[in-house]
Order: sequence, then structure tokens, then C-alpha cells
Amino acid sequence: MATATAVEVAALGRAYGERVVLRELAFSLPEGATVAVFGANGAGKTTLLRILAGLLRPHAGEARVLGAALPKEAWKVRGRIGLLGHEPLLYRDLTVRENLRFHARLHDVPEGRAAELVERVGLAGRDEDPVRTLSRGMAQRAAICRALLHEPDLLLLDEPLANLDPGGAEAVEPLLRGPARVLISHDAEDGLAAADWVLGLRGGRQAIWAPAADVTLADVRGLYR
Amino acid sequence: MRRTVGALLRKDLQLERRSFESVPAMLLFTVSAFVLFRFGLDRSSLEGDLAAGVLWVTLLLAAVLGMNRLFVAEREQGGFDGFLMAPVDRTAMFVAKALLLFGFLVAVEVVAVPAFVILLLEPGPGQALPELLAVLALANAGIAVVGTLVGALGVQTRVRDLIVPLMALPLLIPVVIGAAEATAPLFAASGASPLPGRWLTVLALYDAVFGLIAYAVFDFLLED
Repeated sequence: MATATAVEVAALGRAYGERVVLRELAFSLPEGATVAVFGANGAGKTTLLRILAGLLRPHAGEARVLGAALPKEAWKVRGRIGLLGHEPLLYRDLTVRENLRFHARLHDVPEGRAAELVERVGLAGRDEDPVRTLSRGMAQRAAICRALLHEPDLLLLDEPLANLDPGGAEAVEPLLRGPARVLISHDAEDGLAAADWVLGLRGGRQAIWAPAADVTLADVRGLYR
Repeated sequence: MRRTVGALLRKDLQLERRSFESVPAMLLFTVSAFVLFRFGLDRSSLEGDLAAGVLWVTLLLAAVLGMNRLFVAEREQGGFDGFLMAPVDRTAMFVAKALLLFGFLVAVEVVAVPAFVILLLEPGPGQALPELLAVLALANAGIAVVGTLVGALGVQTRVRDLIVPLMALPLLIPVVIGAAEATAPLFAASGASPLPGRWLTVLALYDAVFGLIAYAVFDFLLED
């Protein structure tokens, strides 16, 4: 179903016990657009990503993803979101192929799609190896295949090019374009270049929400001071 | 749902085949416990109530080892996140894990029951083997259902190794009572007596009640 906004949050808040990690977030990301999320460690970036993925409940405010109110209507968007976080979400003792076959079955995707992605990210010779034997860069490529397997309408990306060599980054970058994206980045320059919008978080609060063209490198770097 | 259960089960069997984390540990524990009972009780053979009690307490404690490991890969390797984001019925994970634990118990019993007969049982079950298999199947089902529920709860905590037995053992007391009462006549010194149907009914009822409870609440255990 076509929706005007990919992500819409209002007065969004989340705490872990007594510690409030997100408060009063409010922004709206149009379909097909990319928002780069910047902020120091502990600013709440990963928590925001997990809320948008439907894996964490917001404790305050509202979040709508692809038109579905979270967490009540999370079932509507299961299978439409691709999450690439710090952890690859792959079983270490299974091979890349076995992991992707498992996820293909969960998403009811033909297994040929996995083979195609493996080829495109440059993992073709290593797909029979257990994930635990892969370097971090190779595991990241496998995780990218897993996140893209079901052709999601929204990508939630936490430093997607981390651990990739220049060749790997070049291979995967085109695959990550297309749908709406929430992109966590610590590289101000690359993040700004990839984004249409910028969300800056400081101590769980929204310090910046602006079109990327209006945000300077100094503004972004200021979030880390 | 069948497709999802199949995918989860296949994945879990592949993981067990690679890591050998659950079944060998359960099996080793069971056989070691039988050896310890043999020397600890200073008896070369047991019969009746005592034999049934030793068998079922040992199998139950071995099952706890399996429960503890049931969701570890999901928790530590992001399996929960990947599963929760897929457009599938969440109850499929409960069904798959319960079937997996049931399978683990059967795999252990294939070796452990003959070992028990050799090490401790006099006389052997003989003609009563089909009845013993029926009790094993009903008790395994109860242990698998409750074990899956408790394993899913325990894995969310930092003290999984403590929480799982603390919750599972009291909940499984009816299974031990029912299984031991049903098995004791099969291990009678005078030869196997008829299986008491009352205790089989108790086991079947327990399986049905806890199966329904687990089916109803499992979704919520996976929620944040």
C-alpha cells in the first residue's frame, strides 16, 4: 500500500528502567527519502532503529512506519523492513547459504534471490563457509544479503559500510539505494552526502531535524562534543 | 505455519549437528546419574517405585539442560530479531522448539533407557515395552511444552541457568508423579503389572492444559 510518509514519529520516548534514552522525538520522513541519524554513543540512535523495526515498544508518543502504528499494527509491516544493525543476525555455526535459505523461507522468498545477492556482494566463493569463520567485512556482506533478501520498503541501517573494504563498499552501495532509509552514521561527510534529511540526537533529544542541504559539517560535528 | 515450523526445526537441527551442545550433554548427564545411583544406593538392581523415581528424576534433570540451551542461539545470535521481523506466525517458534526438545528427549532416551535397564533395572520391562514407550511419549510432551515456555522466559534473564530449573522443576512435578506412578507397575519385581490408565490420563490432561496455555502466552514472551 502506498503511503505518503515512510516514517512518522511524534513525541516519541523510550526508557530502560529509570534511564530515559529517547525523549520527545518528532519527525516525518517521506517515502523514498533517506535520513541520516547522527549522535554520540548513547544518544539513542540504536534504540530509535529498534523501535522503528518493531523490536522495541515506545514508552511515550507515537511511531508510524509505512503507514502502520507501532507497536499495535507492527504485524502489517513485518516483512517490509530490512534491518542492518551492529549484529549480523546470522547464526554463527551455519554457513552463509544456510542462513540465507532460512531467512528466505521465513520471508517466503525464492532461494534464487539469495544466490543473486551473494553474487552481487562478492561472497560467491565463501557462501558455503560457516559465518563464524568469516572476517567482519565478509560477515557484514552476508548480513547485507540477509537484510535485503525480501526487498524491503524501508531500510534501517546502522553504519552499513562498517568493516567493508573499498571494493566491498562499492559493491554493496548500489544495493542499499532505492527504498526509504534511516541511516545511522558516524561519518559526517558521507552521511550528509547520502541523506535527504538529517536527524541529530544529543542525550536522547532531537537536536537537529533539517534537510541535509541546510546542515553543515560543523553542525554534525557539534553533536559529538 | 507448517513451512515456518519446518524452517525453524531444520535450522535448529543443523545448529545442533554442528555444535553438539544439547543432546551429548543431556546423554552424558543421564548415564552418569545412573552410574551414581548404582553406587550411591549401593544396589545393583532397582524395581518398582524406586526404579521409576530414579528414571524420571534423572530424565527430568537432563531435560533441564536442554531447556537451558533451547533459545540461546536466538538470544545471542540475533535469531529472535530476525524471526520477529519476518511475516510469520510467532507461535511457529513455540511449536518448533517444543518439537525440538521432544526430539532431544527421544534421542537421549534411545540410549538412556537401555543403559538404565542394564545398570539398574531388575527385571527389565520385557513385554511392557510398548506401555513404557506410551508413558515416555506423554511425559516427553509435557516436559517439551513446559520446557519451551520456561526456556523462552529464562533466556530473557541474565541468570538463565538458575531461573530455568527454578521455574521448570515445580511446574513439572505433576509430570514426574504421573510418569513415575504409571511406570512403577511396569518395573515391578514380580514382573510387569498392567499400566494404570488413570496416570496416563493425568499426563495427557497435563499436556493438553499446558499446551493450550503455552500456545496462548508464547507470543507475549517474545515481545519487548
